[in-house]
Amino acid sequence: MYTETQIVERPAVIDPFEGDGENLVINIGPQHPATHGVLHLVVTLNGETIKKVEPHLGYIHRSIEKMCESLSYRQFIYVTSRMDYLSAHINNHACAMTVEKGMQIEVPARAQYIRVIMDELTRIASHELWWGAMAMDLGAFTPFFYAFRERETINDIMEQTCGARLTMNYMVPGGVMADLHPTFQQKVKDFITLFKSNIDEYDELVTGNIIFQSRTKGVGYLSKEDAISYGCTGPVGRGSGVSCDIRKIYPYEVYNQVQFDEMLETGGDSFSRYQVRVKELRESIKIIEQLIDNVPAGDYLAKTKAVLKLPKGEFYTRVETARGELGVYIVSEGGTTPYRIKFRSPGFSNLSALDHMVRGSKIGDLMATMGTLDLVIPDIDR
Amino acid sequence: MKAPTPEGGIMEEMKERIIEYKISPFRGWRNWDMFSLKGITNWIQGWLSANFSSAWVLFFESVIVILLATTLFALLGLVLVWMERKVAAHMQIRLGPNRVGPMGIFQTSADTLKLILKEGLTPDGADKFLFNLAPFVVMIVAMLLLAPIAFAKGFQVWDLNIGVLYVSAVSSLSVIGILMAGWASNNKYSLLGAMRSGAQIVSYELSAGLSILTIVVLTGSLQIGDIISSQQNGWWLFKGHIPVIIAFVIFIIAATAETNRAPFDLAEAESELTAGFHTEYSGMKFALFFLAEYINIFIVCAIGATLFLGGWMPLHIGNWEGFNHIMDYIPSSIWFFAKTFFMIFLIMWFRWTFPRLRVDQLLNLEWKYLLPISLFNLLLVTVIAILGWHF
Repeated sequence: MYTETQIVERPAVIDPFEGDGENLVINIGPQHPATHGVLHLVVTLNGETIKKVEPHLGYIHRSIEKMCESLSYRQFIYVTSRMDYLSAHINNHACAMTVEKGMQIEVPARAQYIRVIMDELTRIASHELWWGAMAMDLGAFTPFFYAFRERETINDIMEQTCGARLTMNYMVPGGVMADLHPTFQQKVKDFITLFKSNIDEYDELVTGNIIFQSRTKGVGYLSKEDAISYGCTGPVGRGSGVSCDIRKIYPYEVYNQVQFDEMLETGGDSFSRYQVRVKELRESIKIIEQLIDNVPAGDYLAKTKAVLKLPKGEFYTRVETARGELGVYIVSEGGTTPYRIKFRSPGFSNLSALDHMVRGSKIGDLMATMGTLDLVIPDIDR
Repeated sequence: MKAPTPEGGIMEEMKERIIEYKISPFRGWRNWDMFSLKGITNWIQGWLSANFSSAWVLFFESVIVILLATTLFALLGLVLVWMERKVAAHMQIRLGPNRVGPMGIFQTSADTLKLILKEGLTPDGADKFLFNLAPFVVMIVAMLLLAPIAFAKGFQVWDLNIGVLYVSAVSSLSVIGILMAGWASNNKYSLLGAMRSGAQIVSYELSAGLSILTIVVLTGSLQIGDIISSQQNGWWLFKGHIPVIIAFVIFIIAATAETNRAPFDLAEAESELTAGFHTEYSGMKFALFFLAEYINIFIVCAIGATLFLGGWMPLHIGNWEGFNHIMDYIPSSIWFFAKTFFMIFLIMWFRWTFPRLRVDQLLNLEWKYLLPISLFNLLLVTVIAILGWHF
């Protein structure tokens, strides 16, 4: 039976203290300068103090996992560039690796080197954008432009090699889509020189600033135990002292042949997470420096069948994106398309800790904490 | 014609002049001090008094002042917005506006035109009267503050005897406009922004007032004219030892906070409260808030320049006659605007360098650090003034 729906009229004058008369409920987002996308936070406040934060997701849900079920094993990789758009290469990398694992494709050494260099360049670009946006969340505009100065160089390199600046599709099952551009190595070396001379400015402008330190130290505390139980990975987990760098624990491609350190901080606050990321910038440069001159000659793409078919079974791969652990889980029925696919995205788990981290702090702390979580909303919603 | 004598008294002189102007209004030009604008103002006063009754003189003078003030407002708004964009751009390795006119100087005019053409929305459920009144309150407060500022030698609307007190009293009224806007908008972001602004301005008034008081103690007068003339042999910043330098630094911090500028822009913290108290304003009503912000910056900087850097007084060093004489050749208005714009540049520099403070840190800074320091500093200055240790 059809029942008449009752139309509830919205009162013209908002009562700011609706509910129990003490709490002020404000909606931060889905359009808000600090959420960097369409994240919707329902924040319950008492004065300036946060009592509860409730993230509402789904504003940019495009059912990427469902779409992947109707796309072939070559096609579905392209969709994943749109998940975490700041680490498109690394997403593609994870998917390509899952397919390679299922079909037991041997990736040529040249392709492995190229993949790792591209991953690290992507990580630098992503951390650059985070660094600028983080400072902007705290009210400083200028760092954003300094970060983009270097990021622009990386984007140019990417454009030259892959044809795209943001949503790159370069890694395919069996290797990479095209060989490196002839000037790639020289450009990367130029970038390294430029970056090394500029990265100290970052510390001068932001890290050493007394206002910045007082805004981030002791803010958004996440203990090691909580980080583990919330499943926080990447710089968020490492900022709380959890050793969770997939590149170290389960090395893939040539990560076991390069020298680099896993950055660990034990503070658990926003400043620790900040420092992990800034140190990772230097660490990524170190990895690229070791690889860029030693890219072996040979094929960049393994010979594969025209139509890829994964054998019946379940396949799981994980990689370290700029934001943490990305897991790709494919269930195959032996056909040309995945039967089921699931992405374990780092942003989703990291966001789940937000409420725990900011309860009892001020609105300004919410922004500082969200900034260091480095949320990319399409990664959370998919 | 008899030359005006110092013993003759002001009335004698005026009578002489009135007769003179009746004959020819332009003959007075001859007696002008080279770089004082007092000649122009006196000539206008004289010419009006000679031709009209006193009520009409007052009326015409008010009209002239209002016209000048409005023109100054419009010009300052355009220049300061352009300057801010250029300063920001060059700090951020960009070029800034460079399309509309040479070096983009007409960019702000184009923006203003756009704002005029936009619809001034009033949100549903807003208190319409207060919502529409708020931008005008903020603007009127900014206008009132122009009265005691000496723009050049002898060019001042009203040199009232409680000038400094007037400035600190009127400037604290602007918080009413901001609270009004925040409350009437019927928006929670606006309300939070207004409350933050209220707490902030009321707190920082104290340090600003105390640092202004140091100069009043040294000068012994609240009158802007006296304060400027007391700096004839050197600006207070250089004459008053370290306590005045401390007071100057505190004044700049408090002025930045009072004008709601970064790093104290909590009232409109865009990453937290979208736009704070003026979230719901659009079109020309928004432009009035924006303009008032820049005018307020100009005024606090002008006050700072007047108190600590001598206003229109050229750089004089003790009894270096030759040096002082050369400095006198630079017109007084240039001195005033150079000092004021130097301070404006400082405040813009802060904005494009520092992150924003948190609300509790902001209040801690004032109540735990700045206020005790200013109180102690005032005590020091008083001792210096009593013992006559300053230069």
